[in-house]
Amino acid sequence: MEFVFTTEQSLLQDTARSFFEKVGGSAQIRRASQKEAGYLPEIWREIAATLGWGALVVPERFGGLGLGIVELAIIEEQIGATLYPSPFFATIVLALPAILAAGDEAQQRALIPAIVAGERTASLAYTGRAGVPGAIDAVIERTDGKLQISGEAGFVPYGHAVDWLVVAARTADRDGRISLVLLPRQSPGIVTERVAYLDPTHAVARIGFDSVAVPDGSVLGGLGSGDAALQRVLDRGAIALAAEQVGGAEKCLALSVEHAHQRIAFGRPIGSFQAIKHMLADMVVRIESARSAVYFAACMADEEPGEAGLSEAASMAAVHCSDAFYRTAADTIQVHGGMGFTWEHDAHLYFKRARCTRGMFGDPAFHCERMARAMGLA
Amino acid sequence: MKLGFTAAEEAFRGEIAGWFERALTGDFARLRGPTFGRDDIALMKSWERHLGDCGLGTIAWPRAYGGRAATLIERVIFAEEEARAGLGPRPNHIAVELVGPTIFAFGRDDQKSRFLPPIAAGREFWAQCFSEPGAGSDLANLRTKAQREGGKWVIEGQKIWSSLAHIADWGLVLCRTEAGSVGSRGLSLLLVPMAQPHVTIRPIRQMTGESEFNEIFFDGARTAAHNIIGEPGDGWKAAMATLGFERGVSTLGTQARYRRELELVLTAARDNGKAADPAIRQRLARAEIGLRVMRANSLRMLANMECQREGREAVINKLYYATWHQELGELAMDVLGRMAELAEGMDYAFPPLTRMFLFSRADTIYAGTHQIQRNIIAERVLGLPRDPR
Ligand SMILES: Cc1cc2nc3c(=O)[nH]c(=O)nc-3n(C[C@H](O)[C@H](O)[C@H](O)COP(=O)(O)OP(=O)(O)OC[C@H]3O[C@@H](n4cnc5c(N)ncnc54)[C@H](O)[C@@H]3O)c2cc1C
Repeated sequence: MEFVFTTEQSLLQDTARSFFEKVGGSAQIRRASQKEAGYLPEIWREIAATLGWGALVVPERFGGLGLGIVELAIIEEQIGATLYPSPFFATIVLALPAILAAGDEAQQRALIPAIVAGERTASLAYTGRAGVPGAIDAVIERTDGKLQISGEAGFVPYGHAVDWLVVAARTADRDGRISLVLLPRQSPGIVTERVAYLDPTHAVARIGFDSVAVPDGSVLGGLGSGDAALQRVLDRGAIALAAEQVGGAEKCLALSVEHAHQRIAFGRPIGSFQAIKHMLADMVVRIESARSAVYFAACMADEEPGEAGLSEAASMAAVHCSDAFYRTAADTIQVHGGMGFTWEHDAHLYFKRARCTRGMFGDPAFHCERMARAMGLA
Repeated sequence: MKLGFTAAEEAFRGEIAGWFERALTGDFARLRGPTFGRDDIALMKSWERHLGDCGLGTIAWPRAYGGRAATLIERVIFAEEEARAGLGPRPNHIAVELVGPTIFAFGRDDQKSRFLPPIAAGREFWAQCFSEPGAGSDLANLRTKAQREGGKWVIEGQKIWSSLAHIADWGLVLCRTEAGSVGSRGLSLLLVPMAQPHVTIRPIRQMTGESEFNEIFFDGARTAAHNIIGEPGDGWKAAMATLGFERGVSTLGTQARYRRELELVLTAARDNGKAADPAIRQRLARAEIGLRVMRANSLRMLANMECQREGREAVINKLYYATWHQELGELAMDVLGRMAELAEGMDYAFPPLTRMFLFSRADTIYAGTHQIQRNIIAERVLGLPRDPR
C-alpha cells in the first residue's frame, strides 16, 4: 500500500496546476466559453499535444503514456479548480476510453493517433433527452439492409464542436442492447446544437439523428456489444469527474478564506467570527474526505477490480464528492454576502458546476440505490 | 499511488486473524459480540494480560519495550482483525495509545523502562486526568495544584470525566506546579499512582446508564518527585502531544470497529424488512459510502505519516468520524424503530445499537469538542484570526 503520489504524479500535479492557472483566469474562461465552440482550439492543442495529456491513458503501442485514472484525476482536479473549458473531459475521459474499451484494433488505429496529436476531438453521446444515464433515445436498426441511427441525445459535452462522436444507441434487433457507434460529427443526418445551459463555463449539445447512415466498420466491437464497455467508461468517468469536483471545492475554499481575511464587518475580519470560521472548517472536512475518496477510487479503478468493484468505487466517489462540492460552493456564496450573488464574482460559476456535475453520471440518489443493491439491500 | 497489501502484510493479517480465532475461546469467547459497554472488567483485564503474554499488547512499540515494531499499516490490520473478531474498545486503550506514546516522546529512559513494559504486558492500566469542572475545552484554565515536599509531589484538586479511572493503576495528571501561574504556563504532567488513601475516585453515571468516566479528588495525593514528564512547568507541550495521539494515530482503527457496528445495522434492516423502505435504504447506502470514505481517509493519513508528513486529512479525522458515527446511531434507531426503546429487564440494559446511539452523543465532545476541532482547523490550517483567549 502506497497511498501517496509518486514523484511523477506530484510533478504532473505541479505542471497541471501552473498550466491551468496560467490559461484559466476568470476573464479567460468566461471569454473562451462564450465562443461558439465553447473553448479555444489553440489551447486545446497545447493541452493534448504539447503537454502530452492527450496521450495520458493511451496504451504505449499507440504512442501513449499508458497511465491511469489517478493521472486523469490529477489533471481533472486542476480543471475543476479553474473551471477551464475544453473538450478534455469529452475527448480524453469519455470518447477515447470508449474507443479503447469497445473498438477493435483498426478502429483504434484510425482515430487514436489523431487525438493524441491534438488534431481531433471527440465526445460521447451517452444519454437521451433527459440526460439520465441509461435512458438512451437513439436507436440503431437495419432498414433496407442498411444500418441507420435515429433519435436524439442530450447533454453531450462539447457535442456541437467535436470532430467525432461515439454514440450510444439501443440496438433494435438485439433486445435493446447498446451499440457504441463512431461517427464523424458532420455525417449527413446529424444535427448538433449547443444549448443554453445552467453551467455557463461548460458546453453541452443536443444532437438529433435523422436516419444517419452507419458506414461499415463504425460500430465499435460489434452490434449490441457496448453495454459493459459503456458502463466501464461511465464509471471511470464518474471518478474523474469527482476529481474535478474536489478541485472546484478546493478553489471555493481558497476564495472564501481570502474573503474572510479581507472583509471587515463590525470592525473585524469576518473570518474572526466563529460562524464563518466553522463554515470554512467544515469545508476542509468535506474537501479532504472527498480527496481521499477520489484517489482511493481512482487507485481501485486502476487496479482493475472488476465491474462490480469499479461501480462501487465510482458510486462512493460520486456521492461523496458531489455533496462536498455542492455544499462548499453554496457556502462560498454565503461567505461572500451580496458580492457572492453577482454575475461578476466567480462563486456562482462554481456553484453551477457543482449543481450540473451532480447528475452527470447519475445523481447521488441513483448511486446510493446502486450501492444498496451491491450491499444486498434491494 | 497504489492500494493493496503486500504478501507480508497479508501474512500478518492471516497470523493475527488466526490468533484471535484461537484465543477467543473458553472464557474469552464472551468478549466477542456487540457489547459496547464494559461489563466484566476482570475478564477484560485478563484478556489484556493474555494479549501481553502473547506479545500482542502493544504491537507498535519497539521490541525492547514489549512490542513488535509493527508498521502503521500493520496496526490498521490488527485493528481490523480485532474488530472482525468481535472485540470492542480495549480497556488499556489509554495506556497503549495515549500514555505510552507520551512517555516515548517526552519521558526519560528510566521512566520508559519503569512504565512501558507493564503496559505492554497488560499489567498496568492508566487514566488520562486532564479535564476539570472548570477546565474542559479551556483546558489551560485548570486549577489542580502540585507542590514539592521533600522527595514527593503533593497534589490537591479535582479532575473529572476521567475514562476508566476506576480501573486504573496510574493517572497521567496535568496540574499546576508553579504557584500563581496562569494559562498554559507553569503546568506539569505527573505520573500518579491511583491506589492511595489521598485519591478518591467516584464513577459518574453517563446518559447511557453505565459509568465509564469518573470524578477524581486529590486530597494531598502523593507521587515520587521523579514521576514527572520533562521539567516542571513544561507540561503543556507534552499534554498537547497526548491529545494529538488521542485524535490521531490512535483512531486509525476506528473505522474497523465502525464497520462492525454498521454490519449490525444492516443485518437488523434486512431482518426486520426496513431495508425495503427506500428512504432507509438510501441512508444505509450513504452510511456505507461514508465509512468507505473514512477508511480511505485513514489510509491516506497513514501513508502520509509513513512519509513523516501531516496532511490535512489528519486534522479532519475527528470531525469526520464523530459526525459519521452520530448519524449511524440515529439511523440504527430508525431502523430498529420503537423496539430499540425497550430495555431488557428493569436495569436500563438496552440492546447494543441503542447503547451505541446513546454513546455516540459523546463523540462530538471527548477528545476536543466539534467546536474546538473546527477552531483548530480554522486557525491552524486556514490561518484565520484566533478566538479571544
Ligand atoms: C465520554 C467522555 C469521555 C471523556 N474522557 C476523558 C478522559 O479520559 N480524560 C479527560 O481528561 N477528559 C475526558 N473527557 C472530557 C472531555 O475532554 C471534555 O468534556 C471536553 O473537552 C469538553 O469540555 P467540557 O465538558 O468542560 O465542556 P465545555 O468546554 O464547557 O463546552 C461546553 C460547550 O461549549 C462549547 N465551547 C467551549 N469553548 C468553546 C469555544 N472556544 N468556541 C466555541 N464553542 C466552545 C463546546 O464545544 C461545548 O459545546 C471525556 C468526555 C466524555 C464525554
